[in-house]
Amino acid sequence: MVAMPALDQDVLARRAEIVAALRAIVPGEGVIDSEVGMRPYESDGLTAYRQLPMVVVLPETTGQVSRVLRYCHEHGVKVVPRGSGTSLSGGALPLGDGVLLGLSKFNRVLDIDYANRVAVVQPGVTNLGVSNAVASQGFYYAPDPSSQIACSIGGNVAENSGGVHCLKYGMTTNNILGVEMVLIDGEIVRIGGKHLDSGGYDLLALVCGSEGLLGVVTEITVRILKKPETARAVLVGFPSSEQAGDCVAKIIGAGIIPGGMEMMDRPAIHAAEAFVHAGYPLDVEALLIVELDGPEAEVDHLLERVSEIAQSCGSTVLRASTSEEERLKFWAGRKAAFPAVGRIAPDYYCMDGTIPRAKLPLVLARMRELSEQYGLQVANVFHAGDGNLHPLILYDANKADELERAEKFGADILRLCVEVGGVLTGEHGVGVEKRDLMPTMFSEIDLNQQQRVKCAFDARGLLNPGKVFPTLHRCAELGRMHVHGGNVPFPDIPRF
Amino acid sequence: MTDILKPRDEQDVSEAVARALAEEKTLEIVGHGSKRAIGRAAQTDMTLDLSKLSGIELYEPEELILSAKAGTPIAEIEKALARNEQELAFEPMDCAPLLGGKPGRGTLGGMIAVNLSGPRRVKAGAMRDFALGFQAVSGRGEQFKAGGRVVKNVTGYDLPKFVAGSWGTLAVVTQATIKVLPRSEAVETVLVLGLDDTRAVEAMSAAMGSSCEVSGAAHLPQEIAQQLSIIPVAAAGRSVTALRLEGIPVSIAYRKDKLQKLLAPFGELGKLGPRDSRSFWRAMRDATPFADETQNPVWRVSTSPSEAPRVAAAIRTSTKAEIFFDWAGGLLWVRMPGKAAEEWSVRSALAGRGHALLIRADPAVRASAQVFEPLEPGLAAISKRLKESFDPKGVLNPGRMYAGI
Repeated sequence: MVAMPALDQDVLARRAEIVAALRAIVPGEGVIDSEVGMRPYESDGLTAYRQLPMVVVLPETTGQVSRVLRYCHEHGVKVVPRGSGTSLSGGALPLGDGVLLGLSKFNRVLDIDYANRVAVVQPGVTNLGVSNAVASQGFYYAPDPSSQIACSIGGNVAENSGGVHCLKYGMTTNNILGVEMVLIDGEIVRIGGKHLDSGGYDLLALVCGSEGLLGVVTEITVRILKKPETARAVLVGFPSSEQAGDCVAKIIGAGIIPGGMEMMDRPAIHAAEAFVHAGYPLDVEALLIVELDGPEAEVDHLLERVSEIAQSCGSTVLRASTSEEERLKFWAGRKAAFPAVGRIAPDYYCMDGTIPRAKLPLVLARMRELSEQYGLQVANVFHAGDGNLHPLILYDANKADELERAEKFGADILRLCVEVGGVLTGEHGVGVEKRDLMPTMFSEIDLNQQQRVKCAFDARGLLNPGKVFPTLHRCAELGRMHVHGGNVPFPDIPRF
Repeated sequence: MTDILKPRDEQDVSEAVARALAEEKTLEIVGHGSKRAIGRAAQTDMTLDLSKLSGIELYEPEELILSAKAGTPIAEIEKALARNEQELAFEPMDCAPLLGGKPGRGTLGGMIAVNLSGPRRVKAGAMRDFALGFQAVSGRGEQFKAGGRVVKNVTGYDLPKFVAGSWGTLAVVTQATIKVLPRSEAVETVLVLGLDDTRAVEAMSAAMGSSCEVSGAAHLPQEIAQQLSIIPVAAAGRSVTALRLEGIPVSIAYRKDKLQKLLAPFGELGKLGPRDSRSFWRAMRDATPFADETQNPVWRVSTSPSEAPRVAAAIRTSTKAEIFFDWAGGLLWVRMPGKAAEEWSVRSALAGRGHALLIRADPAVRASAQVFEPLEPGLAAISKRLKESFDPKGVLNPGRMYAGI
């Protein structure tokens, strides 16, 4: 388990005073300090980690958020922002000496502007809620994480969430234009708006995916798109994952960017089929779901080309959806893959590395070896188009040391991803979970530079500490720079 | 005379920065220098010329990624991509027509530094959306990296996107990985003739809000349209509103029919075939209508499309400027009739609803104007702290964007 920062006893001693001060800012039931009331907030989607916060605050206005943060800043109190609490990396894991700032009451769609193809929403609106709000005019919001029914758009911004369609339509960062954000000292700033790009530094690029470490977002301007006229999915089964991987590469190599392109391995196929009865073939080693969207004529044409490519790669099963109902059924299995795996094992641990796709056979082979070594089964779902791998490690938390083994297994998988040229996390975030693995990908200099960015927003390190960075340095220490006056390291004219 | 340092590798770059730090000198970071005339007129002690740091290091068409050294010519990258039917989907601007100099110049590093995207911005995204990873030297002289070489990555802050558009003021990028995409098989353009600005933005909005997958939407008033060397545009004798369709022929045929039906109520329709389409959208990308070999100030203004007609009208009323529209109205190109930048007119018309860059003006004009959009105090303070976090001594392109940054 990853260790969290030591509790600040001085803050804990002032708990009653802090709760009273917060009640003066957020009246009524917006401040929760009873153990039973705080229990629902003790964990997020990374359920292996649990911690009761010192106090929960649920503000309703940007003004309240600003005053809460200003108070915490002035009094040295840590703050953990939280949306719907679906993070799979522990991004919203509370701190025992910190305020848990929940944005669930920010649940309104403020403005739908079809002429400019944007919507302005509060951070507590669910991802699907954004799409639903604009569905009557045939529009939608493109990023669609599997948790979209529950996850909040504010959380999506914090984590730069993706989804099965981000190969073609991008992640959160590619689909937002502006935010209103409260800084730790209570200052309210607006970044971007309904226009494209930034006049100065692209602060939105930093905020999106910053995992709640830079500020608290209180309003978001998202781009909305017209729904494609048609979408069809095709199921393609292969006798080996190598062939499936080859097929994915050939589709993209042929200039086709499908709306979605997912892969599942045998254990994942069987679990999903048993759970959802999506009609998946059970006698294949790898299954691809390729979705094509656009005008009907285009979809039909591309479907034919994808089918030809699949056959040339040795597919043994090939079935295109013939109705919207069937298409949704194909997806239902994939989207329910996590809970489906949850049915065949008491617990599962979901990983999220990205690899260069060509390394897939190697990574899968190594994963099979690791599976034997740790004595734990693994099922794989894979955003095949963009190389984002989700191995699900099956374990039983009630059995001694299984969680520990699962975590070690997971860490080995992520190290492997980095080793083959990939990254630790494609869409779930670093959070608590992958924090201590950051040095496998980044040098100390790399990480120090990232922490200096944090310092520019939150010099006292009060926003979501203990996440993302394995070692916390004081900002003053990071900012220091030695220029050796007379003792210059490179005193001569450069050698070039 | 200014010293010119030509590093051969990343190590040389960090030594150059270390030297500048030690001698308390400042560096101008340059690739081909094709965009050198953009920005505040700032003085630097030395020039760090990255043009020798050149070469594509990794190109995997099926992974949709390309890594190259910062000084690699954009033209070389585009050539390599074309051999695999791929492209830079955000259409990086070639500044030569507008600013002078040889066309087809510019490096990967410069392209990232400026984040100037072309007409396809509205559909494919900006340059920054394609920035995946980099190696760089900070103003502390330290070599560091961020991002990765895969298209999907949320490990750490998204510094590759953040550094895009920072005009070399944060770090010297020495190598970068970008996302590349397949090039469309075919292209055609639907024209609507004779619309005023307001109706044109409405037509473009209707097109962009349809499922026709429009990948470019521009509007040229008559006096600008007639100067173009593209006959169907110049000969229209009226304003021209253009909508680009790209993809496979069977899809374009269908979408063109649909788009024409949608736009018929707005006015008389016309079209551009593949060849004219390519010329037209290249002209939009490079702001060629204002390529007049003068230094009359040109502004590049980003706002929301529905604000655009009002902003344009306000600027025209007070300055007699000529204006055309890209990005479905979200981008205004504004050329002043004389030598004055007319900054107050532009910024007060925009009223904070977007941002305006004085992309062309002679040095004296740039010295007395805010070239980049002035920042609100809160954002200015963060920007200054961010600059200091990368470049505490202000060695890299100091003052190129803002005083003190």
